[in-house]
Amino acid sequence: MSELTKLTIAEALNGLKEKKFSAKELTEAYIDKMNAGRRFNAYVSETPEIALKAAEVADKNYASGTPRALEGIPLGIKDLFCTKGVRTTACSHIIDNFVPPYESTVTEHLFNAGAVCLGKLSMDEFAMGGSNENSCFGPVINPWSKDVPLVPGGSSGGSAAAVCAEMCAGATGTDTGGSIRQPAAFCGIVGIKPTYGRCSRYGIMAFASSLDQAGPMGKDVRDCALLLHVMAGYDEKDSTSARQEVPDFEKVLGQDVKGLKIGVPAEYRPEGLNKEIADAWDKAAAILKARGAEIVEISLPHTKYALPVYYIIAPAEASSNLARYDGIRYGNRVDGAHVDDVYVNTRSMGFGKEVKRRIMIGTYVLSAGYYDAYYVKAQKVRRLIQNDFNEAFKRCDVILTPTSPVTAFPIGDKSMAENPLNMYLNDVFTVSVNLAGLPAMSLPIGLSADGLPLGMQLIGKAFDEETVFKSAYALEQDAGFKRK
Amino acid sequence: MSVNNETVEKIASLAKLKIDEEKLDEARSEFNKILDWMAQLDEVDTDGVEPLVSVNSQQLVCREDVVTDGNKKAEILANAPASEFGYFSVPKVVE
Amino acid sequence: MAEYVIETPKGKWEIVCGLEIHCQIISKSKIFSGASTEFGDDANENVSFVDAGMPGMLPVLNKECVRQAVKTGLGLNAKINKYSVFSRKNYFYPDTPQNYQITQFEYPLVGEGEVFVDLKDGSTRRIGIERIHIEQDAAKSIHDLNPKKSYIDLNRAGVGLMEIVTKPDFRSPEEVGEFLKKLRSIVRYLGTCDGNMDEGSMRCDASISVRPSGSNELRPRAEVKNVNSVKFAMQAVEFEAKRQIELYENGETMQQQTRHFNQTDGSTKFLRLKEFSDDYRYFPEPDLPPLILDDAFIENVKKEMVELPDAKKARFVKDMGLTAYDASVLCENKETADFFEKAAKGHDAKKVANWMMGDFFAMLNAKRLPLEKSPVTPEMLGRLVDLITSNVINGKTAKDVFVIMAETGENPEKIVEEKGWKQVTDTGAIESLIDKILTANPDNVAAYQAGKVNLMGWFVGQVMKESKGTANPAMVNQILKQKLG
Repeated sequence: MSELTKLTIAEALNGLKEKKFSAKELTEAYIDKMNAGRRFNAYVSETPEIALKAAEVADKNYASGTPRALEGIPLGIKDLFCTKGVRTTACSHIIDNFVPPYESTVTEHLFNAGAVCLGKLSMDEFAMGGSNENSCFGPVINPWSKDVPLVPGGSSGGSAAAVCAEMCAGATGTDTGGSIRQPAAFCGIVGIKPTYGRCSRYGIMAFASSLDQAGPMGKDVRDCALLLHVMAGYDEKDSTSARQEVPDFEKVLGQDVKGLKIGVPAEYRPEGLNKEIADAWDKAAAILKARGAEIVEISLPHTKYALPVYYIIAPAEASSNLARYDGIRYGNRVDGAHVDDVYVNTRSMGFGKEVKRRIMIGTYVLSAGYYDAYYVKAQKVRRLIQNDFNEAFKRCDVILTPTSPVTAFPIGDKSMAENPLNMYLNDVFTVSVNLAGLPAMSLPIGLSADGLPLGMQLIGKAFDEETVFKSAYALEQDAGFKRK
Repeated sequence: MSVNNETVEKIASLAKLKIDEEKLDEARSEFNKILDWMAQLDEVDTDGVEPLVSVNSQQLVCREDVVTDGNKKAEILANAPASEFGYFSVPKVVE
Repeated sequence: MAEYVIETPKGKWEIVCGLEIHCQIISKSKIFSGASTEFGDDANENVSFVDAGMPGMLPVLNKECVRQAVKTGLGLNAKINKYSVFSRKNYFYPDTPQNYQITQFEYPLVGEGEVFVDLKDGSTRRIGIERIHIEQDAAKSIHDLNPKKSYIDLNRAGVGLMEIVTKPDFRSPEEVGEFLKKLRSIVRYLGTCDGNMDEGSMRCDASISVRPSGSNELRPRAEVKNVNSVKFAMQAVEFEAKRQIELYENGETMQQQTRHFNQTDGSTKFLRLKEFSDDYRYFPEPDLPPLILDDAFIENVKKEMVELPDAKKARFVKDMGLTAYDASVLCENKETADFFEKAAKGHDAKKVANWMMGDFFAMLNAKRLPLEKSPVTPEMLGRLVDLITSNVINGKTAKDVFVIMAETGENPEKIVEEKGWKQVTDTGAIESLIDKILTANPDNVAAYQAGKVNLMGWFVGQVMKESKGTANPAMVNQILKQKLG
């Protein structure tokens, strides 16, 4: 019954409720797809036994008429979320044998709601990267690839590829500078980074604590609404999680966008912006306008500085967050005569190139004599970037931009391999949102001439995911994008 | 600001990373490229701007002083590369 | 006040010293996790995933640790900062599971304060407090179980610490010693730290430099670690000051450095120069938003404040008539002061103080008993003093009564009654005792009357002996004088 994997989560839940098929059948269909799709290299750990057991429980709950919100829905989990008893590696050799004795709050919410865990999904090592080429388990292949294998984007590249290739009904991702939105855009799926503090960070291996947020990646806007509703919520174990009610995001889908003010920032249309992407952006604005929304020109003057700010703050926090991987309490150890040798050997062998690069940059910008010039300066500009959004949101309700200045590119791209800055520049449209802590979604709007998905980004006010969902749903309805 | 090889090595030693001798020049030049790029922040006037420390101005919520955790020695030690007698074990630390 | 000057044949020097004291906060659970702070349990038993620095674990601040630090701040007359920020101090060490310590840097919880210390010469010195911040304690390494390995026990990791930083106000070892005693007394009064330096729940580092006497210059300092008793702190300051003076007088210079105190010979040993490795890369802890206290919180802590040693001492002197010395001895710890107050209530406070500092402490020492195990309760001690002031027994008998009280725990009245030691204060009875002695010793009466007045003592002794010690000695004296003329 391979057709089952075509269903969205919402459709699958209906089918399960109406007993058209069982959770076991649904899960088996996804397991088959997972097996058939190994060439994409999306999963780093597969857990079919756990999935089938959970499906059995789900079927019992359907039989007794007590299904939970995501009962029997097979999901893939980014390998940054600690899953109790299931190896969690952050796709880094330094802890590629780590079995957490605890469950992240987000996955606990999902599994307590009846979701079924199919396995753990590949990613850039410690979520650092925009192509998934930095996974210690090798690159993931974008299912949209034709002759040349393309990257799925990153860091949640395994999640995006798995959702795209129907190897799971939905997936978790994390987004520090675009790690949900950019791979969603590259793979033609939907992903939302919620407001900072919306989802608990407890049990998610930290990359940059002040920027990291978990979010859902799904086949469509509605699935993301269903998933986020379960994933979100205040958690007393995370002091940065927000004491905010979690709205029923699904309720706003289909609501009228008439009169909604859509901000379009001039700074996101730099000279030389890929024409196809610029056209797609215009198309998106036209769709919303046709539905009665008002397009408002806005300005986010510090946009250009968001990238350097991000590449100071994120590595700074990462250099400290990743200090704990030292070969003493968990993970792999490369021995040495002295403790210091253990540290140096373990970390030099265990971390990949990009992770080491960022640890070095982060260590430098925090070190004596440079702290004010880099870190404090970046924090100040970060404030200005947040102020830009505050000003802009006085004039509009939601902001529309492209997700990425590029579409999926070939694995092993030379210019990026040779100069990391070329890779960093791809994050130009996504990092500001993390710096300001705002919610933002990426959804596919159409295909490029090469037949690759083009993603649009909708940015909302803090804790106003509802407006994002509402406008994204309207856009989705009229864009006519066909899933892979 | 640009750094020399010595600084790169010092930073590596703070971060407990080793950079091979023959890769040092390459690491330094890459480092400087990134720092040059970051220097564009110097253009921004930040006089009187308060650094942003906490993004959503959350107030810190404290816990009550109750013992709710602990007694999980086996789980604490389960992932340790080396442990003995219920301790984590490392090469002799000399102060 | 006499200046403390170190004089050598080549010149006069003075000490400039500041202290950093780490006090373990008394709380049930750790500062950032729900694991117990109990000691003595098996290795790695009181450890949560947070304390072990496991991936994805996050700190959650214990309110009690904040309360205790605020209380301590109030006890040191310090400014409480309503806005404070946690920071990470980054350094690799096996005792630090995250390889950073969560502490406070730019914005500490408590700001400037002061402590007054009394010196032997009767003068008082003010020592400025720079700040108090709260942070997590490190784990413990065990080095003596295996010649090639160190073992790590995380039980202590994450216990709350208050780091109290003084101004460089100390000019003599005595000031350092008296300050540490005073600080220990204050935190114990407040119940914020048990102050046991030998068990490591209060740990001290001293920053020491010297300069020519009378100058204002600041020379490079040595931070001396591991000075974990009042005595050691005093020794360390003295040794290190003399060592530095010798360097300077030999024309050498000194670089800022970290040194280790050797407890066996009282010397200090070079550890390392302050250098690159001390680049701790502090930055605001992104896992914890700023800590903001409201007035109500601080007011509530103020309501819980107890009377501190200085105030108590002043009251004992002013209201109870004690000498400054007695008052300060009795106030050094709260339990003693409380015992004294209970014993003195409604009785002669000065006499109670004398008894406590004399026979009572001697008895506890001899029996090696802590105050709370004393067989003599404060009420019993007060009543014993009452028996003396109301002339029921004399001072000498009281000492014998006290010995029995300490042995049996009996009431003093009952002992006096049973032993028949009640003092004879009836003039008639004393007269008849005297008459009996005078009649039996006509020769001595004659000798006295002939001018041998020093026989008076002998007569008193005879009468007291005849009364088995129960006669009131003052009355015996007076009546004898009348009768002998």
